[in-house]
Amino acid sequence: MKLLVTFSKKGGKQPLIAQTVKDTGVLINVERAFIDSNEGEVLIDIPDKDTKVICDAMEKAGARVKQMEDSVIRDESECVNCGACISVCPQDVLSFDETWTLCVDGSKCVLCGKCVDACPHQALSLLP
Amino acid sequence: MEKTIELINTRIRDGNARAVRADQMPDIVDELGVAGALREVDVVTTGTFGAMCSSGAFFNFGHSDPPIRMEKVWMNDVEAYAGIAAVDAYLGATQKSETQGISYGGAHVLEDLVAGNSVRLRAQSKGTDCYPRKTLEIDLTLEDMNQATMVNPRNSYQSYVAAANTTDRTLYTYMGTLLPNAGNVSYSGAGCLSPIPNDPGLRIIGSGVPIFLCGAEGMIIGEGTQASPGNGFATLMTTGNMNDMSTDFLRAATFKGYNSTLYVGLGVPIPVLDEDVVRRTAVRDEDLKTTIADYGVPSRDRPTLREVTYAELKCGHVEMDGEEVKTSSLSSYKKALEVADELKSWVESGKMELALPTRRINTEKTSRPMRDRARAPQVRDIMNTSLVTISEDEDIRTAAKRLLRGGTNHLPVLDGANRLVGIVTTFDISKAVASNGKGETVKDIMTKRVVYTSPAEAVDVATHKLERNNISALPVVDESGKLVGILSAIDLSKLFERGWKQ
Repeated sequence: MKLLVTFSKKGGKQPLIAQTVKDTGVLINVERAFIDSNEGEVLIDIPDKDTKVICDAMEKAGARVKQMEDSVIRDESECVNCGACISVCPQDVLSFDETWTLCVDGSKCVLCGKCVDACPHQALSLLP
Repeated sequence: MEKTIELINTRIRDGNARAVRADQMPDIVDELGVAGALREVDVVTTGTFGAMCSSGAFFNFGHSDPPIRMEKVWMNDVEAYAGIAAVDAYLGATQKSETQGISYGGAHVLEDLVAGNSVRLRAQSKGTDCYPRKTLEIDLTLEDMNQATMVNPRNSYQSYVAAANTTDRTLYTYMGTLLPNAGNVSYSGAGCLSPIPNDPGLRIIGSGVPIFLCGAEGMIIGEGTQASPGNGFATLMTTGNMNDMSTDFLRAATFKGYNSTLYVGLGVPIPVLDEDVVRRTAVRDEDLKTTIADYGVPSRDRPTLREVTYAELKCGHVEMDGEEVKTSSLSSYKKALEVADELKSWVESGKMELALPTRRINTEKTSRPMRDRARAPQVRDIMNTSLVTISEDEDIRTAAKRLLRGGTNHLPVLDGANRLVGIVTTFDISKAVASNGKGETVKDIMTKRVVYTSPAEAVDVATHKLERNNISALPVVDESGKLVGILSAIDLSKLFERGWKQ
């Protein structure tokens, strides 16, 4: 399960991730981190079974947590199933099924946005 | 046994014709044999759905009152070519909007029209005795026009080179996003389902042959522009009535960093006349080869990285230098199958009869590169060869003096063996001084990752490097790695001074 963890400036000074790992014993994989003067945003990956434990721990520490399940939004009226997005994705989020229809596995997405840029039909967007 | 086109058309009219999709033909031939397949199958339908930049449409808007001879024409702010007759224009798919740029181009105007939307037509003229009106602005739909005739000068490539990129930055090309260090491979075409691979000798595919074009019954005009059947790159020029087209098979697109283009669905029905047609249409993706070219080289002759079959490209990954690299297609195979299926239903329901070419396409022809009378200017033509350099162990004060004396802002830095190892600019020295001398020698403050050019590089390519890296000079290094000059923004002005001539 991927979680998007957002925290305020104050939260950025706390060792949020390290503390959560220490308290819960769950191994957290940080996939992306973005921290500026007002806010921080970290995308983490954890085992599905630990989702609740981690969400609770993070929220208790003052962070907001969003479960990322359908991160990539595909506009079916625009998509022509060309597959231009498939090879630019570093996480194998996009693939063809046996009928050459594009399949999106948003649970693997790290929100890099490469597919959004690569789509010739502007059919892909990321979860706002 | 042979079948005539009349026999096949009679079967189509009677609703007895048997059509199959081209991708199913190999298995049918395996099962029934060539003679059996000839008996059973009357028509093989092909299909492709991909970006066809060379697309557009002729319009006749009808005459206004008072009439105007349209000299300049825009449709939704996309300029169309009006140098034809008073109220005719050709709108090209890749022409970009003057207000929205490449996110809305001629292709989008075409899609809007086919979708039934109205388009703002704007026209200008100087006014004449017979056509006094000078300006015109009106909203028109497809139905309001006398003709809206799609003409694709170059369509339905026999095969197309696949693309990869060996440079260290992402490229945005007409072949899509190409990741650095050959991180992906992008290809186009439906392989064994594409029209021409099923008739590489162009026996059946030629002028006057009816086709499926964007949902309409269209026609092949003849050889496409830049057609090169002699080396496996035949193309077709095609036409069709936009009023009969559907957005299921015509879609506008924009390639980031490149341009707008039109996705066109095209299929050719191939009458199964004899055993030769059976054998040709039994082609498999494994038999269709193309190459993967390095789009990192901005030259007409891009180096080939490897040969590849459509079967490999379609399976999702290819091996390059021992690594598995993901492939993706710009054209839609799913849509190509839909085109071929739709065409099959047209034939089987008696909606479309077939015809043989009224004129054959020359299969020997190969396309030539431009005959460059005026060679594009190269870096060697304008670079500065009076070099002022410094070695990496010198004091930065020495560097400062040399910059001043040399009247330059850039000092290439050389190591003991006279190889280029860095560059120092007046900015680097100012910075070092302002920060109270954290470095003492050139080595401490120089930029080590030098962007450079070569004597034979086109000035256009070198200029692109300057812009992209936001720098104002490039050291010029020859093939043996020797520094031979420097190209600065000042040298570029020589092009304008001289007015470039060979």
